[in-house]
Amino acid sequence: MVAAPPGSDPAGRARYLTGALFLGPAFVLLGVWMVYPAVYTIIRSFFGRTGYLGTWVGGSNYVRLFTTHTLIRAIENNVIWVAVVPALVTAIGLIFAVLTERVSWAVAFKTAVFLPMAISAFATGVTWRILYQQDPDVGAINALGRSAASLVSAPGVLHTALPSTPTLQTRNGAVVLKAPLQPGRSVSLGLTGIPPQDVPSGAQQAVQPKAQSGAIDGVVWRDFKPGGGKPGVVEQGELGLPGVTVQVKDASGKTRSATTGKDGTFSFDNLPSGTYHASIGAQTFSKPFNGYSWLGPKLITPSLLIAYIWIWAGFAMVVIGAGLAAMPRDVLEAARTDGATEWQTFRRVTVPLLAPVLSVVFITMIINVLKVFDLVISLAPESTQANANVIALAMWRTAFGGANDFGTGSAIAVFLFVLVVPVLALNIRRFKRDV
Amino acid sequence: MTTAAVELPAPRDTVAAKILRFVAKAPMHLFLVALGALWLVPTIGLFITSILPASSLASSGWWQIFTHPSLATWSNYDKLFHNEGLLSALKTTAYIAVGNTILVVIIGSLAGYAFAWLDFPGRDWIFIGVIALLVVPLQMALIPMFRLYDTFGIFDTVISIILFHTAFGLPFAIFLLRNFFVGLPKDILESARIDGASEIVIFVRLILPLGLPAIASLAIFQFLWTWNDLIVALTFGQNVQPITVWIFGQLREFGTSIDVIAPASFISLVIPLCVFFAFQRYFVQGLLAGSVK
Repeated sequence: MVAAPPGSDPAGRARYLTGALFLGPAFVLLGVWMVYPAVYTIIRSFFGRTGYLGTWVGGSNYVRLFTTHTLIRAIENNVIWVAVVPALVTAIGLIFAVLTERVSWAVAFKTAVFLPMAISAFATGVTWRILYQQDPDVGAINALGRSAASLVSAPGVLHTALPSTPTLQTRNGAVVLKAPLQPGRSVSLGLTGIPPQDVPSGAQQAVQPKAQSGAIDGVVWRDFKPGGGKPGVVEQGELGLPGVTVQVKDASGKTRSATTGKDGTFSFDNLPSGTYHASIGAQTFSKPFNGYSWLGPKLITPSLLIAYIWIWAGFAMVVIGAGLAAMPRDVLEAARTDGATEWQTFRRVTVPLLAPVLSVVFITMIINVLKVFDLVISLAPESTQANANVIALAMWRTAFGGANDFGTGSAIAVFLFVLVVPVLALNIRRFKRDV
Repeated sequence: MTTAAVELPAPRDTVAAKILRFVAKAPMHLFLVALGALWLVPTIGLFITSILPASSLASSGWWQIFTHPSLATWSNYDKLFHNEGLLSALKTTAYIAVGNTILVVIIGSLAGYAFAWLDFPGRDWIFIGVIALLVVPLQMALIPMFRLYDTFGIFDTVISIILFHTAFGLPFAIFLLRNFFVGLPKDILESARIDGASEIVIFVRLILPLGLPAIASLAIFQFLWTWNDLIVALTFGQNVQPITVWIFGQLREFGTSIDVIAPASFISLVIPLCVFFAFQRYFVQGLLAGSVK
């Protein structure tokens, strides 16, 4: 009971004064900085680009919002953000929370994952920009990619090489001798475009072997010498290319392989008569991994999503972890005693009981994602910011980033506001239920 | 059968059982260690980048430090601490963060107390209005306040940035504190009132000390939020330049200024990190209390 003495005048005035003292400062700030601007922005969105109000333009700012290419892109990107991030963050948070319940050093893990929450989204942008650099020598993520790629297939020894004459052609990465062969031939497989440092060590003067009956032999060499030389002919000063795998395939599709020697020669002896196709295998020419362009126009949004999830996973983990801790243990125990497996317990008991907490995390993340700004402007290089555009960034760029169009800027802000109104309604309903 | 049931031997924790349990759990431990490490890598990478000379960063990444530890140097930091621009940016950010935190705590707890314990007509409806303001994106206020600040000649000042943050911090502050104050024991308050204590005395002597945990959470949130802010600073502080705006100005030459950007970014995140580590408990409490936002 908070009964004040019934209304004698001085007492009533005192109550008003007390009320004004307690609520006045807050009301002034909320009124001037939130309520007035919200009303002004809504009105302003129907007026032109400059001036206190400018000229009445009706709904054309809103039309522009859905017809201008960069703004459509911003809305599309925000749809991707909303579709991907809240679900992933909630799922990752749930997994982390459940797993950390079972280890004794959970605090250390939670601190590591939660840490990015204290760091500004702006500094996170800088941090991830360092990791995302394209050159695998400099960017950590592409360096990892290169290590992984070299495990799967090492870059070819001659990844820059090209055929030196039109008798050879490149097909599916391999260099193929166009004309079919019969045993008794000596073939010339000349390659160019090989920088000196890429010539395998131990290479010697190339030699064109003599043709032998019943055999296909030949040479793979660097068909180039200072001054050019004559393409397709082994000349003095041109090096053989050792260690290259040459293949011949007969009419039935059977393939034989041989490796070139120091002078670049190879031979296939005792071949049955027939027609053969000679080629140098694709692995010789496979390109090294040059890194994905994480900050380029195609990958910039996925890159941003990853960094954003890195920030917010800790939030989801902590909130869901608190929900887990508050869960009635006996229900879980009962499920286990009844013979439910860990997975069944998780799926049928834990998740349904956590549903309210999961939805709080999910909704919070939707709001956060709709307002995302700092990370995009700091992680995306200026050249790809148009590709990475989101609504909050589009609003800022339109109103302050050079364009200075307050009309359209206001319309974008109102659009953003309208998107979060359903959440507002949800919050109010929850409060009314609580009271 | 007697009622005295046969005592089953208590399941003994043999060494073998312990080892077995550990081995069974090992994959999960490894998985979590790997994940935790993965989460730390970006921040560690930023720090190592910040202590490497720009010349060695052009050709290879920060992990070169593991093979060439002698490359590490404090000279990037040394240069920064002699950089007038950075020092004044840090000072500006500190003013904004501290000033805003104090204002939000004072104004927010006054209003929170009023909504919790003062009786006035329409109280709950006004409080619902405050909750409604919780989700209003600050983009709604950027253009009008830009104009208003310009009109009153306080554009691009520390105070204009502080007041903007304070206003947008208030709905959360009032929400958090009102809910905490409502839960305080009623009889303490009423006996104080019967004893003739004025509302102000009650507020200062009773509510503030009792509400300290919630106030601490709020203060940490506000401090981190304003310290880390970019959008408000970028709109209203192009010349007073808080730290984020100062670094933002360098981003255009990301590759060549990395020996400035990386250490400056690291400096900018060290202080929030310290606050976070010192008051982690309050931070988490605030997060939980406020996650209806």
